[in-house]
Amino acid sequence: MNQSAGGVVAPKSRPAVRLRLPLSGLARQEERWAYLMLLPSILGLVFFTAGPVVESLAISFTRYNVVRPPQWIGPANYIQLFTKDRVFVKAFKNTCLYVFGTTPSSITLSLLLALALNQKIRGIPFFRSIFFLPTISSGVAVALLWTWLYNPDFGIFNWILGLLGVSREMRPAWLASTTWALPALMIMAVWQGLGYNMTIFLAGLQGIDPSYYEAAEIDGAGWWARFRYITLPLISPTTFFLLVMAGIGGFQVFVPAFVMTAGGPRYATTTVALHLFYTAFQYMRMGEASAMAYVMFAVVFTLTFLQLRLQKLWVHYE
Amino acid sequence: MIERATGTPPPSLRWRKRLSQGVARFVVYLIISVAAGTMLVPFLWMVSTSLKTPGQVFQYPPVWIPNPVKWSNYREVFAVLPFPFATAIVNSVKITVLSVVGATWSASMAAFAFARLRFRGSGVLFPIFLGTMMIPGAVTLIPVFLLMRALHWIDTHNPLIVPAFFGNAYGMFLMRQFFLTLPRDLDDSAKIDGANPFWIYAMVYMPISKPAVATFAVLTFLGVWNDLIGPAIYLTPPSKMTMALGLAFLRGGNYTAWELMMAGAVISLLPTLALYIAAQQYFVQGMVLSGIKG
Repeated sequence: MNQSAGGVVAPKSRPAVRLRLPLSGLARQEERWAYLMLLPSILGLVFFTAGPVVESLAISFTRYNVVRPPQWIGPANYIQLFTKDRVFVKAFKNTCLYVFGTTPSSITLSLLLALALNQKIRGIPFFRSIFFLPTISSGVAVALLWTWLYNPDFGIFNWILGLLGVSREMRPAWLASTTWALPALMIMAVWQGLGYNMTIFLAGLQGIDPSYYEAAEIDGAGWWARFRYITLPLISPTTFFLLVMAGIGGFQVFVPAFVMTAGGPRYATTTVALHLFYTAFQYMRMGEASAMAYVMFAVVFTLTFLQLRLQKLWVHYE
Repeated sequence: MIERATGTPPPSLRWRKRLSQGVARFVVYLIISVAAGTMLVPFLWMVSTSLKTPGQVFQYPPVWIPNPVKWSNYREVFAVLPFPFATAIVNSVKITVLSVVGATWSASMAAFAFARLRFRGSGVLFPIFLGTMMIPGAVTLIPVFLLMRALHWIDTHNPLIVPAFFGNAYGMFLMRQFFLTLPRDLDDSAKIDGANPFWIYAMVYMPISKPAVATFAVLTFLGVWNDLIGPAIYLTPPSKMTMALGLAFLRGGNYTAWELMMAGAVISLLPTLALYIAAQQYFVQGMVLSGIKG
């Protein structure tokens, strides 16, 4: 305080310069520390993320088999994917079916489950742990287990169908059947994702102010009205988040197809990610595989963008 | 009106309300029990199969309680499977532990820089790091593979470990958010003592950030331990395989010793299960925050 009073009298330029110099030295030092601590992440960004994103775009316009140098062929890889590569077209359809088949059923079932768990009942932590089990289990272990469950002769599924009176000839061959293999993977995906979706829904449900329900009850609203006009709108941000995540994750599905069916029978379960994997690392056709990766990128991006746009129509933020 | 205000409806209404509550409760328990059963039965079947003799495995109708219980399957897994199972466990543990350490270290350091240090370019860099989270893994897969090939790291564990030491956008974001909630007085007292930013990060911030660090470490553990695509690309010799890759290849080879495959799968789930029991709140938290699925 005394100094500021003195500052008026003292020559104007000197204290300002003196004050700034040591400060900027300190700031520079802080900046140096910041970049030192960010160094690993920046190197990682350059070599493992941003660099590769650009590089794979470039590779997608070439013919490249790793052994010989890449050869520029323009957009030929992209054109070929949708015109000549029948497996890719099939894989694309399968992946879309997978995403649009698993997402609604998974979201509906997990919301139902979350609503049930949101009641005041005993043993909720115990049940929640059980529902979480498939989610944390390794995809490979789960895939192996379900391959066994789907075994046409000795698996649980056909045993249950047998108990229900379905004759031996009518029971599906599941993973060995071109009709049933993809639905089989989808059923498994719903089973595995239920715990995760439910946990997120439960967090959303517990965030709803109970006074809404109390007010509705006084107005004589039944359970369906309460669900339809209070729960559903107020939970919509969570539903939106889960839809985006399901779209992003589902479009990249790889493990079940790789482990359980290797894409068969007759490409019935070949997904885009699996086809990409084989094209790149078995046939060493890096150009085509990179083009697939970019198609995938575009789809995931569009899906996310669309959902961000559409959410205005139905998501209510308080 | 008065009745409503005092909360005592006429007897007939009260009776009806109790009945509908009872029905609701029954429906809730029914839903939960059916769902819990659906979740558990496959795991029970896995354990049951892992304890059977080959003869019992292929029995119809299926036997749920093996007789005799063949515990020795869990020993045979280590000798009979067409890849060295014990080595695979060691490989998985090594890759997972080093990746978790590397990712936590590099991401937390970056998180501290963004949360507490002022530097030119922070406003540009941070959104770039966040943006990388939206990129599907497939897009970077091939160039990174080519890089690892140029480094002669194919068929080594390096491609699965080294990148972890070079940052993790999600971890950076998670821990930055946590660091921002900590009071600034913490660093001030350390600064007066002449501590540099790294010292403050390592000695002040990290020790008190256990919830965020543990959440991220648990998530990284799950991701690496369960990873299949990375090992499938980089590792071919059986002696280098991880548990996930080895088990996946059994299917590819049309191996039919289901009791051994299930025993192997059970063993591969045990560390996850142990960690889940020990650190359940971090699992749930991490999952809720991240959107990462099995």
